Amino acid sequence: MPNINKLKNLSGQAHIVGVGESNKLGKVPEKSPLAHHAEAAVNALNDAGFELSDVDALFTAGWSTLDVAEYLGIQPRYTDSTSVGGSSFVIHVAHALAAIEAGYCEVALITHGQSGRSDRAPIPRNPGAPMAQYESPYGIMGPPISYAMAARRYMHEYGEDRTRQAMAEVAVSTRKWANLNPMAYFYDVPATFDDYHNSRWVAWPFHLLDCCLVTDAGAAVVVTSKERAKDAKNDSVAVLGAGEGHDHSMISQMPDLTSAFGRNTGPQAMEMAGVTHADLDLAMIYDSFTYTVLVTLENLGFCGAGEAPDFVADQRTAPGGDFPLNTNGGGLSYTHPGMYGIFTLVEAARQLRGQAGDRQLDNCELALAHGTGGLLSSTGTVVLGRA
Amino acid sequence: MSSSPQKPQPIVQPESEKYWDGLKNEEIWLQRSKKTGKFQFFPRGISIYDPSTGEAGVEWVKASGQATLFTFAIVHAAPHPGFVGDLPYITALVELEEGVKIPTNIVGIEPEPENFQIGMELVPVFEHHDGQATLLKFRPA
Repeated sequence: MPNINKLKNLSGQAHIVGVGESNKLGKVPEKSPLAHHAEAAVNALNDAGFELSDVDALFTAGWSTLDVAEYLGIQPRYTDSTSVGGSSFVIHVAHALAAIEAGYCEVALITHGQSGRSDRAPIPRNPGAPMAQYESPYGIMGPPISYAMAARRYMHEYGEDRTRQAMAEVAVSTRKWANLNPMAYFYDVPATFDDYHNSRWVAWPFHLLDCCLVTDAGAAVVVTSKERAKDAKNDSVAVLGAGEGHDHSMISQMPDLTSAFGRNTGPQAMEMAGVTHADLDLAMIYDSFTYTVLVTLENLGFCGAGEAPDFVADQRTAPGGDFPLNTNGGGLSYTHPGMYGIFTLVEAARQLRGQAGDRQLDNCELALAHGTGGLLSSTGTVVLGRA
Repeated sequence: MSSSPQKPQPIVQPESEKYWDGLKNEEIWLQRSKKTGKFQFFPRGISIYDPSTGEAGVEWVKASGQATLFTFAIVHAAPHPGFVGDLPYITALVELEEGVKIPTNIVGIEPEPENFQIGMELVPVFEHHDGQATLLKFRPA
């Protein structure tokens, strides 16, 4: 089990000093996935005021660090291709913290690039994996179907109508945030409750507006030691707490369809950081689907089991509400290339630095970023604070 | 039009041959821990309830086929070209009497949400395909 006392000594010892997206998000057929990695890496390093030659540790998911380092022309001394779905990049922050503190490296670059919409060569899945053997032959493939079955079970346990209303609340409130973010896919496209209820079925109980986008995008994050962070060009953001883990791969093996692993990673990250829920000014919660948000709010302890529908009621998570959630517009309405987790870090850092433009929160000092990967399989949570 | 695209086929592994062979004979074979009596799905080279004894800790037992609906979804957008012709179709997790949950399809019922109750009783349907694996689906009892 994690040694929380040792972890507390690591709290704040590493800082995020640079964040960046690739230049254009959405439909970008003219860029390869690796080009998104590279563009975002350069943008994040420029944001930090660091050079690519400063980087001595590389972290990525979806691709091997072998491919990304080669493309960037770097020779890292620490390498981590941990790839457990869209949560991976949040988990990489914790791995970078540990590696930096252990002395393996000093400047860690985490990159992401994926052309979910336009990829000319999508990465094939392992045909020998249990998922391919036991689920795919039945047409249980891809995230919407698996998450929909989890959501249906939640409806059974906690009420279908109130769950449906909560899913709509999340879809609509997240879109309102996207309408404040010029980089968001749906920046110019508002969405009403009627739009939600009238959108087509993808996999009942999911409407189209329950489901994240599928875009082309990249992002990168630079993490370094507290000391080295003093050299950074812009304000740095302290990594105060972290937790990671997973409890299954395919949906049929999930121990409890209404409880994902954030039940462990959230409390760990918050205890390591020494913060409570009331201290947090922003929650960036991976919204692959509206249901993902509901179950995660409960798992992280913002509310109890079955209480998320009440928690998000009346557009509480929208701009102007008292619980700012996914202020970039989320995977639902900003961007979601397939593994979105890194974008929760980018937005949290921007809000903490006061760089979030029209959607900037007042007095954002503490933020939580939470990634969910696979089929509600893995989670990574970090608590970040203004340095 | 030429023939419709192939659906994904299971690539049977050594430890799962007995499971897939069983379905061809319209039998459901599951692994059980000899020590704890607990069933597991899917087949593995160890019991997750008694891993230290390795392969020797596992025995195969024929399941009754009695099942209940644990959850489901009605698929309206095909995740693979092979399923376009089946839309809308029902994916489900069903709980076998032996205590394991398995991924499957529900057949013999109109794909409307109101036709399903979580907990409804189901019986197996063995769907044979020439030269391919037999699939284990379920229909209302």
